[in-house]
Amino acid sequence: MTDSKYFTTTKKGEIFELKAELNSDKKEKKKEAVKKVIASMTVGKDVSALFPDVVNCMQTDNLELKKLVYLYLMNYAKSQPDMAIMAVNTFVKDCEDPNPLIRALAVRTMGCIRVDKITEYLCEPLRKCLKDEDPYVRKTAAVCVAKLHDINAQLVEDQGFLDTLKDLISDSNPMVVANAVAALSEIAESHPNSNLLDLNPQSINKLLTALNECTEWGQIFILDCLANYTPRDDRESQSICERVTPRLSHANSAVVLSAVKVLMKFMEMLPKDLDYYGTLLKKLAPPLVTLLSAEPELQYVALRNINLIVQKRPEILKHEMKVFFVKYNDPIYIKLEKLDIMIRLASQANIAQVLAELKEYATEVDVDFVRKAVRAIGRCAIKVEQSAERCVSTLLDLIQTKVNYVVQEAIVVIKDIFRKYPNKYESVIATLCENLDSLDEPEARAAMIWIVGEYAERIDNADELLESFLEGFHDESTQVQLQLLTAIVKLFLKKPTETQELVQQVLSLATQDSDNPDLRDRGYIYWRLLSTDPVAAKEVVLAEKPLISEETDLIEPTLLDELICHIGTLASVYHKPPNAFVEGSRGVQHKRLPPRTGSNESPESPELAQPAAAQPVDQPPAVIPSQGDLLGDLLNLDLGPPTSGGTPAITSAMQMGAMDLLGGGLDSLVMQGGAGGRQETGFGGPAVMPSSLNAPVGGGLGDLFDLGSGVGMPTGSYVVPKTVWLPAMKAKGLEISGTFARRMGTIQMDVTFTNKAMQIMTDFAIQFNRNSFGLSPAAPLQLATPLSPNQTIEVSLPLSTVGPVMKMDPLNNLQVAVKNNIDVFYFSSLYPINILFVEDGKMERQVFLATWKDIPSDNEAQFQIKDCHLNSDAVSNKLQSNNIFTIAKRNVEGQDMLYQSMKLTNGIWILAELRIQPGSPNFTLSLKCRAPEISQFVLQSYEAVLKN
Amino acid sequence: MSQVFESNASCVWSLLQPFATTTLLGVNGNQELELGQNKMIHSLFLINSAGDIFLEKHWKSVVSRSVCDYFFEAQGKAKDVENVPPVIPTPHHYLISIYQDKIFFVAVIQTEVPPLFVIEFLHRVVEMFQDYFGECSEAAIKENVVTVFELLEEMLDNGFPLATESNILKELIRPPTILRSVVNSITGSSNVGEALPTGQLSGIPWRRAEVKYTNNEAYFDVVEEIDAILDKSGSTVFAEIQGVIDASIKLSGMPDLTLSFMNPRLLDDVSFHPCVRFKRWDSERVLSFIPPDGNFRLMDYHVGSQNLVAIPVYVNHNINFKESGSSGRFDVTVGLKQTMGKSVEGVIMTVHMPKVVLNMNLTPTQGTYTYDPVTKILTWDIGKINPQKIPNLKGVICLQSGAPKPEENPNLNIQFRIQQLAISGIKVNRLDMFGEKYKPFKGVKYITKAGKFQVRT
Repeated sequence: MTDSKYFTTTKKGEIFELKAELNSDKKEKKKEAVKKVIASMTVGKDVSALFPDVVNCMQTDNLELKKLVYLYLMNYAKSQPDMAIMAVNTFVKDCEDPNPLIRALAVRTMGCIRVDKITEYLCEPLRKCLKDEDPYVRKTAAVCVAKLHDINAQLVEDQGFLDTLKDLISDSNPMVVANAVAALSEIAESHPNSNLLDLNPQSINKLLTALNECTEWGQIFILDCLANYTPRDDRESQSICERVTPRLSHANSAVVLSAVKVLMKFMEMLPKDLDYYGTLLKKLAPPLVTLLSAEPELQYVALRNINLIVQKRPEILKHEMKVFFVKYNDPIYIKLEKLDIMIRLASQANIAQVLAELKEYATEVDVDFVRKAVRAIGRCAIKVEQSAERCVSTLLDLIQTKVNYVVQEAIVVIKDIFRKYPNKYESVIATLCENLDSLDEPEARAAMIWIVGEYAERIDNADELLESFLEGFHDESTQVQLQLLTAIVKLFLKKPTETQELVQQVLSLATQDSDNPDLRDRGYIYWRLLSTDPVAAKEVVLAEKPLISEETDLIEPTLLDELICHIGTLASVYHKPPNAFVEGSRGVQHKRLPPRTGSNESPESPELAQPAAAQPVDQPPAVIPSQGDLLGDLLNLDLGPPTSGGTPAITSAMQMGAMDLLGGGLDSLVMQGGAGGRQETGFGGPAVMPSSLNAPVGGGLGDLFDLGSGVGMPTGSYVVPKTVWLPAMKAKGLEISGTFARRMGTIQMDVTFTNKAMQIMTDFAIQFNRNSFGLSPAAPLQLATPLSPNQTIEVSLPLSTVGPVMKMDPLNNLQVAVKNNIDVFYFSSLYPINILFVEDGKMERQVFLATWKDIPSDNEAQFQIKDCHLNSDAVSNKLQSNNIFTIAKRNVEGQDMLYQSMKLTNGIWILAELRIQPGSPNFTLSLKCRAPEISQFVLQSYEAVLKN
Repeated sequence: MSQVFESNASCVWSLLQPFATTTLLGVNGNQELELGQNKMIHSLFLINSAGDIFLEKHWKSVVSRSVCDYFFEAQGKAKDVENVPPVIPTPHHYLISIYQDKIFFVAVIQTEVPPLFVIEFLHRVVEMFQDYFGECSEAAIKENVVTVFELLEEMLDNGFPLATESNILKELIRPPTILRSVVNSITGSSNVGEALPTGQLSGIPWRRAEVKYTNNEAYFDVVEEIDAILDKSGSTVFAEIQGVIDASIKLSGMPDLTLSFMNPRLLDDVSFHPCVRFKRWDSERVLSFIPPDGNFRLMDYHVGSQNLVAIPVYVNHNINFKESGSSGRFDVTVGLKQTMGKSVEGVIMTVHMPKVVLNMNLTPTQGTYTYDPVTKILTWDIGKINPQKIPNLKGVICLQSGAPKPEENPNLNIQFRIQQLAISGIKVNRLDMFGEKYKPFKGVKYITKAGKFQVRT
């Protein structure tokens, strides 16, 4: 006689039979029939056809039958709104029932029937129930207000239910208070500025009183609500903390974590020399440790939060390292989290234990975990200097195991150790080289190549080693190719005599046979450097590298502070701000830690001395750059933010050097054709190079800029054809392509959104990262309709140049975030600099002359524009429509000299001299500007405009 | 390039803040309704080990069960059922799951909800099923599906937990018993309570009024589990004690109990059942409470790695694989260490052997052993350890021929039980009852068990 019998009837006439039974005169039979209906519903069968018959059973004295019918109603009312009206009368009647259980049940169910038409009938019964004499009914009604608000927010406001709800915060019954808080919090989430939860010391006091007496779930609501309050001063802060602390001993882990959140936030306001501050710190550790003995799912959430807490206040758990030791049968997601926290807690005091553990983990079965453990050893070495030697020897032991992935991970981290402690552990290079053949992962190969290149002078057969990699150059991944290029150039600079052939080979592979623009650019830059001034090349390529700093993967401080305010939430699990990823969390307030009020900061704890709500730190702590960036460091010294701990003086000197070399180098290459070659002497064999260089340089660059060619625009400014910025694969089905244009004096971003997913996309918004010229959207992104699958929408987004400025690399790089209902996506695009040329960029002749003289000749850059079959007038016109103005034209020795000016949106002038030899398709462009790094991009614009 | 971008991502994030508010202003009322529907726990799916969804419950609008496909995908990626991540993002929802008794409980949420809240709630659902049906199995749930549905509806309203206390629920929905179902079918009465549960709104929601017993009894079980990792040489890498005090209270009326300890100083990391008055604990270190009726967990405690934890057994092991050839040696001895004079029983050792181990040919001096060549798990059921005759298991390991020697060393997992001992040394001093006149029977039982007790080799 169990319910399983309800599952058995699956034959065809089932619905018909049920219908008959539901209309039976016998009470018992009716009830059985309703039970069968419910059972079908639970397994996902559609029994909505029985709606009228089930509703007919609603008027009954039997509470169980009534409940079952209500269950059914909640499930199907939405699909049968007209029928649902039939039930209204019974609801209204039940709300007057003498039995509070039935009154509450009725008001609860009514709220769950999400049918617009019903809501108006609901208001009067709800009003009565909110003032019911029985607290059970009141607390149920409070939740019902939130439900109704969901269906019809306006109605709730018009009917004054919000005020009634606020009154319930002062209710005598703590359960009613808790539910009122929960309901208000939920409503407030959709009205971020409504001030619904007007927290003041009085209401806070009421909440704190209710906190002690309400259910565990109510405590969570109240604590989460408290966390939004900002105390007036440290005394209030302390008194709240004192009253919240007992919650840390609650059996419900969600209560504990919510309490931790309140304490972590309010602690921020307490002066550190206060005794209570120390007491509180001590009290926080045990509950966090206890969470780790719970079920694995709870542990996981706890660990993600602890990860935040140890970053914010490492002192809380500094003595608890051992609880994070991994048990071999922990689920993998727990193991990885524990490992991460172990590294964060690693210090000189406990490093021996940590290392012993890590070594143990490196012999486990799970590959992901082993890899992470090996990496962790490397991070220990970098974090705790005293342990470096031990770490290195541990890594060497691991390499001896010859387990393929262990060896590869070890090599990757040893490379970082070399960077952190140069000239200390190079003796191990020989061991590393033995394992060269077993490396099959790009990251490990790249790391090994970097090591060989960096220490080429100590490795006798460095050339052979690198050559062996070169054989399969085109099959390598980009990071390996880039690394190989740099390594061979380093090798060449160190041992020029034996390696000429090798360097030529790699340069030609990179520039001629590769279609990867990064690789080609880097190849050209090296080539020019080497061909121009090998001494300078040496200074640049073999420059002393800035040391990498210790801590990796730290969360950016502002984000960390925000996440601390969101402890216990999904945001804290994903380590992302809450509005970023949960659908429908509109207007989540940007939470910040309160500023500390106490003035006596203790200077000996610098990590805490800084008020947490401080300005976003412009310069994030330098982290170990990933493989690709290592090269970037070398080449991008001029544009990247200075790395902390580097040597600024040298850096800036080199920066100038690099610019000069580029300009000069190109110059010499260009001149070479006509003037018989100004061949560089001073190093080995590059005499042969320039001649072979001429073609690839021009051709290569041309290719690069020709990529976008296609639609020529005879008049008006030139607009690059749209390119795909964000492929659908990377953006859950959203494809974004676009281009930039300047029309009628405004910059526009023409974007095409294509929905290649199976679902509708809505709620688009766009945001730019800070960029070199302060580009930012001048208007919100307006997409008129939701984007259905396979639909494409084109939008022109006007841009302004008043946004925040940050020098980007490359200069014209624009990083964009686009949000829709699914996720937030990032991509970057390069904009042509000519969209920044303003309309009033025509300079007076006299001013032009004076300025030209005024700008030091160091800043002059000369370029060759090839294959342009236009006469000087056509050139003038074309350029003019792109706001490049010809100020004067002269004819010198049969050559047309055009003097031109343009002005950027940020007021920087660029002066140009364009030399055109009639009959020759090759133009010479000289650019002068006070910001010489821009020349490269101006050249790109010239090329683009003239060739289209 | 993408590398560069990723490292800048956090700074984009912080830039993203303002636009969330602007999008809000742009949202019209209709959309708001669409979005706003989904607070707290939206739906619950129960999935059995075969991957069938055998029950679904929606507290709001119906979410298609196809959302579980994301769960199945994650399940497919995780090699082991235990390794399925507890929080899974999908384009429109988040799935938060727990795995209990071979059933996945998958909760669907759509907005920011504290995950622990959801996980705690799911565990509460499991407990309630166990409480009502004696077990939390697919069969039991299917057998009682209507009760299950009534329970779920009573436990959560609009996603807010409503009644999660067993004694309140039992007044609302009576647990099924064979007798009652027979009576119900004859008399037509129901298993749904008609009156408001008495505890629901009192200051003590966990206790119903008018409890009556003829024999009034209060029993406490102090259960301690030792979690420990011992390294190769047998020294303790990490050890701690997870303790609980479970109570079984059958007392009439409204008893107010006070439990005191001989050495409360040991307890500095505790979490209590809501009935415990925290203030009294804080000031006097006594547990003062009005108990729920029946069985409940009074407190959890944790004696941390700061304290010295006694390790009752030692393990001598010698497991090695021959460099060449297809065999290895296995020789393990389990002996007694700090047992405070009590006997250690129920000793079982399990070892997860490396994949290449085909079979094991062993001889135990005591107990029985099995080796499952499919799961590669060796189990040695030792039973009670006699200090005069230390049990040993030794013999030959047969490896797959030609396979390389295994890299990893197997961990030994030890289970044991010690009656009448709380290894932390905690001792109950006395139990006093106020508020009622009768004299109850009182009793305290101690037991120490191995928790996650692992020996590395």
